[in-house]
Amino acid sequence: MSLRSPLGRVLGLGTAKDGTSHWWGQRISAIGLLFLGLWFAWWLATMPGFSHGDVVAVIGRPVNSVLLLLLSVTLGYHSYLGVQVVIEDYVHAPGLKVVTLLLSRFAHILLAAAAVFAILKIGLNA
Amino acid sequence: MAEFRLPKNSRISRGKHFAAADGSSNVRRFAVYRYDPSTGVNPRLDTYEVDLDNCGPMVLDALIKIKNEIDPTLTFRRSCREGICGSCAMNIDGGNTLACTRSIDSVKGDVKIYPLPHLPIVKDLVGDLTNFYAQYASIKPWLQSRTPPPPDQERLQSKEDQELINEPAACILCACCSTSCPSYWWNSDRYLGPAALLAAYRWLVDSRDDATGERLDELEDPFRLYRCHTIMNCTQTCPKDLNPAQAIAETKKMLAERKY
Repeated sequence: MSLRSPLGRVLGLGTAKDGTSHWWGQRISAIGLLFLGLWFAWWLATMPGFSHGDVVAVIGRPVNSVLLLLLSVTLGYHSYLGVQVVIEDYVHAPGLKVVTLLLSRFAHILLAAAAVFAILKIGLNA
Repeated sequence: MAEFRLPKNSRISRGKHFAAADGSSNVRRFAVYRYDPSTGVNPRLDTYEVDLDNCGPMVLDALIKIKNEIDPTLTFRRSCREGICGSCAMNIDGGNTLACTRSIDSVKGDVKIYPLPHLPIVKDLVGDLTNFYAQYASIKPWLQSRTPPPPDQERLQSKEDQELINEPAACILCACCSTSCPSYWWNSDRYLGPAALLAAYRWLVDSRDDATGERLDELEDPFRLYRCHTIMNCTQTCPKDLNPAQAIAETKKMLAERKY
């Protein structure tokens, strides 16, 4: 029970003067994903075969390597921003919120790093 | 944590039934949410049969008739009964609207009436709007100008300038929009909600106001403004046909414009 005024409660800790980059980043990465996603679908559809050798050879082509790298990083970034919003929306316990936000960030960076490493390994060995 | 089920003490039970008087010909059933927090008893849904041949055409007319003639314990807010005061905002047939401008005819089946969603209940259909009004106050809904007014006349606006604020200034603060917004349900302690953001926008685009930058500073926050996820329940439900979702989108564009 607190006798703090309703206005004081609404004003809270003040404005974070932030959020625009996050909002803009989500939109820009969505546009990027639209093109990269279309390319990825087309790329899968025109794949000559799905044996290990076929796929490694196709990924090894510089254009494909670069686009796959872009797709992985953009997807990781976009997904991180989106999951962050979901956590902020629904998780309100202060400690749990920080922990889930950190775990989400680590998981996204880990997945993106693994994807980048795998693509570079194939691309640079081809 | 977000609430996906009502807390135990908020679950609604079946209430009393008030049958129509004998000889009524045009009977319609109204199911109305009843709750008195001071009793410690769970909310209930009372049903009232109203003879529409002796009742005005709007839902508010029926509520007033119920209170006057059937059950004087029913509590609700009302004042102007013509859609300009915003007092009788409630959830009718599943949507937030004003009881005074919603016709009984437009509802199919029983007329279900609940208070505005996700507010603490004072009694029956009366929700606690303290936080909502404080959020409105927090956006400083008054003219802030560093330009001295002309000594001999009011501050002038062109017709085009006036048209920018014409619609957002028509908001009556009934709270239908904010209480229809899921983002506001989960985060109304930090998210300002569509009504306050529409009011903020009304001052952002006012040609006489010189505090646009400061106003944008105050809004630029992941929760205050950016909890809006463009769900657009606000615009769909607004009984005055205003467009808070567009005002919020325009505010986001203004923030992006000054940054990039």
